[in-house]
Amino acid sequence: MVTNAVFFLFAGLAIACAISMVYHKNPLYSAISLIGVFVALSCIYVILAAPFIAAVQVLIYAGAIMVLVVFVIMLLNLDDDRPLNRLKYLYAVGAGLGLILLVQTFFIFYAVMRAPQNPVVSDVAIGKTLNIGANMYSRYLLPVEIVGVLLLMAVIGAVILVRRLNQPELERVVEDELTRRNQEDEIGDFRISI
Amino acid sequence: MESVAQTAFPWVVWFVAVLIAFQMVLMIVAYTVLAERKVLGWIQGRIGPNRVGPWGLMQPFADLLKFIFKEDLVPDKSTKFVYYLAPIVALTCALMPMVVYPFGPAITTVDWSFLPWHLGDGVTTLPLTIARIDVGVLFVLGITSVGVYGIALAGWSSNSKYSLMGGLRSSAQMISYELAMGAAVLGPVLLAGTLDLNGIIRAQQQSFFRWFIIPQFVAFVVFLISAFAETNRVPFDLPEAETELVAGFHTEYSALKFALFFMAEYVNMFTVSVMCAVLFLGGWYVPGLSHLVPEGSIPYAIVSHIVFIGKICAFLFFSIWVRGTLPRFRFDQLMNFGWKFLLPVALVNVLITIVVVYFLNI
Repeated sequence: MVTNAVFFLFAGLAIACAISMVYHKNPLYSAISLIGVFVALSCIYVILAAPFIAAVQVLIYAGAIMVLVVFVIMLLNLDDDRPLNRLKYLYAVGAGLGLILLVQTFFIFYAVMRAPQNPVVSDVAIGKTLNIGANMYSRYLLPVEIVGVLLLMAVIGAVILVRRLNQPELERVVEDELTRRNQEDEIGDFRISI
Repeated sequence: MESVAQTAFPWVVWFVAVLIAFQMVLMIVAYTVLAERKVLGWIQGRIGPNRVGPWGLMQPFADLLKFIFKEDLVPDKSTKFVYYLAPIVALTCALMPMVVYPFGPAITTVDWSFLPWHLGDGVTTLPLTIARIDVGVLFVLGITSVGVYGIALAGWSSNSKYSLMGGLRSSAQMISYELAMGAAVLGPVLLAGTLDLNGIIRAQQQSFFRWFIIPQFVAFVVFLISAFAETNRVPFDLPEAETELVAGFHTEYSALKFALFFMAEYVNMFTVSVMCAVLFLGGWYVPGLSHLVPEGSIPYAIVSHIVFIGKICAFLFFSIWVRGTLPRFRFDQLMNFGWKFLLPVALVNVLITIVVVYFLNI
């Protein structure tokens, strides 16, 4: 009973934050709403007896990734009176992806209703740290390795992007960037404000 | 049975437990402020506050009253909602880890049925932890990492260049040192084999030599240094460097909103001191105490609790002492130190610990 009430409280909070994230014009408000979504989700994980996932959700998404997002928004400080022109075909892409998501959601509802109901034994909590670790390094070893390689690629990419350039290289890169921006200004698709 | 929330006590008792813990943390924090002013005074050959009450002991309450009655200035061009939200986020995130602190060992020898209104019927255990979470260490790290938003948003919403610079510096600094801190925490966690704060204390209980400060001395030093950076203390107090940024992220805050930031900073100091004591100094464990008084009795719990608070106060004093001693880092030095020295050292320490734990089966 209490668990249900708490679940609906946090589920409602998550949905409200998600809607406010999409509808806010100011990117910083959107970011704050997204943090609200993550925190509400982590509360739902706690109700589902998965404290490790909940803690990691807050630690990594809310505490690390979103800090970087907020950081970038604060640094760029986009003007309100010069909104980015959104490209028309993106609306079509968005609608298509949304439709796929909707179908998937209904399929999950359908699958859950058709599935046989197995009562969970409370001693065997899947969300326990030990079980997660044991499963990650035995049953799901291949996905973990693939994610590890992916992250390594990201790290190498970041190192290459921020490496120190020597003077002629630097001048060439700056010149390329300036020409690109001038061309884009002429096309008038969108502007970059620094 | 290691938390109040798991006993048969009705929820009224949990509420009282939370209130007592809250009150205790806030009193220690209030007197840390006084201690800081006194000790800094002595270090600099001054007397420190001594007007309010005997020996200046009522100073925290005088400060609080002053904060309440000061004029509350809100900058005209600030982003109001975020401006009001920021101090609340900062203090809430600072206080929330309080629910998992292991304040002391459980009292198991008392039958609580003498309490009025059948509050303690059938309860024989009184744990000194409010809520037991399997992943206490991660919970504390996660909640404190959300505390960055308080500072970053305060800097952004004030719409002032000093605040913005302070907020940016602070977020960069806290993200950088969080990594080193997390890597340093992994050492004791690997040795104890659990993320539960009470479990980590139990793993250090055999003797004085099992305290993780001895096998994990490198992790201890890394943790202490990054804890200073996480709490924005000297020598890492660049977010509020007076000589260059006026007061950093809280330049535009006044009265009670400033007091909230001020309290959040000191509560964060308390939190890292608790983590230091639990992870490296055996928490509430007192070597040899179980030979003098039986385990689980009230005197055992009281002595353990006082020793635990003593360990925390030692770290708080160390932090004040460092503030009176060291100058401030430059920003590039700070970043280089965090990324190129602390993080590699912590990672190498984790690697060595993993190998040793694997081959010796500790």
